[in-house]
Amino acid sequence: MKKKYLAIPYVVWMAIFVIVPLCLVVGYSLVNPEGQLTLENFKALTQYWTVFATSFRLAIIATAVCLLIGYPIAYWISREGPGVKRIAMIAMMLPMWMNFLLRTYAWMSLLENTGIINTLLANLGVFKLINAVFGTELTYFPMINTPGAVVLGMVYNYLPFMILPIYTVIDKIDTRVIEAAEDLGANGVQVFRKIIFPLSLPGVLSGITMVFIPSVSTFAISKLLGGGMTLLLGDLIEMQFYGNAYNPYLGSAISLVMMVIVLICMAVMNHFGEGEEGAVYF
Amino acid sequence: MRKNGFFARLGLILTMIFLYAPIVVLIVFSFNSSKSRTVWTGFSLQWYVELFDDSRILSALATTLEVSVLAMVFSTVLGTMAAIGFYNMRKRPRTVCMAINNIPMTNADIITGVSLMLLFVFAIGAFNSTLGQLTGVTLKLGFATLLLAHITFDIPYVILSVLPKLNQCDPNIEEAALDLGATPWQAFLKVVLPEIQPGVLNGAIMAFTMSVDDFVISYFTAGSSTSTLAMEVYSMTRKRISPEINALSTLMFVVVLSLLAIVNIRSARQEKAAAARAAKLQGKG
Repeated sequence: MKKKYLAIPYVVWMAIFVIVPLCLVVGYSLVNPEGQLTLENFKALTQYWTVFATSFRLAIIATAVCLLIGYPIAYWISREGPGVKRIAMIAMMLPMWMNFLLRTYAWMSLLENTGIINTLLANLGVFKLINAVFGTELTYFPMINTPGAVVLGMVYNYLPFMILPIYTVIDKIDTRVIEAAEDLGANGVQVFRKIIFPLSLPGVLSGITMVFIPSVSTFAISKLLGGGMTLLLGDLIEMQFYGNAYNPYLGSAISLVMMVIVLICMAVMNHFGEGEEGAVYF
Repeated sequence: MRKNGFFARLGLILTMIFLYAPIVVLIVFSFNSSKSRTVWTGFSLQWYVELFDDSRILSALATTLEVSVLAMVFSTVLGTMAAIGFYNMRKRPRTVCMAINNIPMTNADIITGVSLMLLFVFAIGAFNSTLGQLTGVTLKLGFATLLLAHITFDIPYVILSVLPKLNQCDPNIEEAALDLGATPWQAFLKVVLPEIQPGVLNGAIMAFTMSVDDFVISYFTAGSSTSTLAMEVYSMTRKRISPEINALSTLMFVVVLSLLAIVNIRSARQEKAAAARAAKLQGKG
């Protein structure tokens, strides 16, 4: 018996449940409800360009914020001792294992108009102070149901995806390389700019992909924290498969375009990052 | 390397607060005695009591456990077989298989969910209009499609945790077993399986956690009559917000935490054992 044949059941499985569904997405995107070949679905996409724009804008902002927070955090963790390092990494990863709906829900009670942050600010007299100074009649800061809340939800949910790959790469840098640079007269800033940062780029790239893809395709975060005010690509796709706007043909076209854009991003990333494996699990 | 200064430490602490404050608030208010999610009125376990009286939650919990356990069993068996198969393939077909294997992991969840939904709707439609009319059986989205979807996204994780263990195996040991008269099946059970067992177990636990945690793919493949815990949470946050969700979150957090602790303690122990074995071998040599 040749052992490679053991893979046959799964190869068949992949063909049915991975390849065929993706082919169906392509197929559905190219036909109309009557089953005729058409490009109508892609033409219809143009009316949703604002949704594409919003999705990509918010996802890019969230990715940028994750990078701005995540990079220094990963760098600082890598400079701690082995004990603190391990605890810090586990602590960074733990929240990720809580369902993202629950993590997002947690922010709902914080951000609501009568939520914890606003209650706290009111009790501290912040609103009285502002009202006295500016003559306004503020009783709360509107935070929930804004695009800002959606970005916050993305950052909160996906920040560990940015920290982990960057940390993994920085931590692997040979300390002798850094010592050599220091021996040759480089100062701290130069060591960072010429050694650590270039060597950490693969981690940065995989972090960017791992934050950007779920951010651009989310639909639950925008529903929970955006209150349906901010329509994202994920919401648009979801609407085509559930609810009144039922139109799987258009939904497939949107999914396909999103997938292609994401694939292009991934290809560009891999081209630069030489296929660095992003370690998702600690 | 130089140690962190005050500013770096502060940054780390602030990030921790950012990550944990919402979770702490969530957990604290699961013990609140009033319905308010913002004002603390006293300690009570009433939301836990109500949670366990809620038949929808309980049936969703049952569905989640059933689908996760079944998906874990199927994906562990299929995935381990596939990993052994991939390992014994030549390089070219193996690369192709691994690339396809990675698709469900790299694709956005919503794409996997939607594409599987299309497959199921398409297949069910085809069945109902032909064979179904002959036999009088009408199929629809439900537990079966949910399970198929879960197996599909679980297997890649099993393969990714079994393959490295196979790579670590010494192929000579299995050949020795065969030379000494073991049947291939005996050689697998007594020699190969014990070697890769840690990878298989970690893969199984990973598959289970992934299934319990999944929302998006389940949402698209479970249909309207079947509901998992995550789906129930979603509909609760949309319709009837109550501290029951907080209680549910707390319990789910504790469960996932314990599963992870098990995985990590196991792998730490294995590392230690491997290090001890290596030290012993070196001592002999």
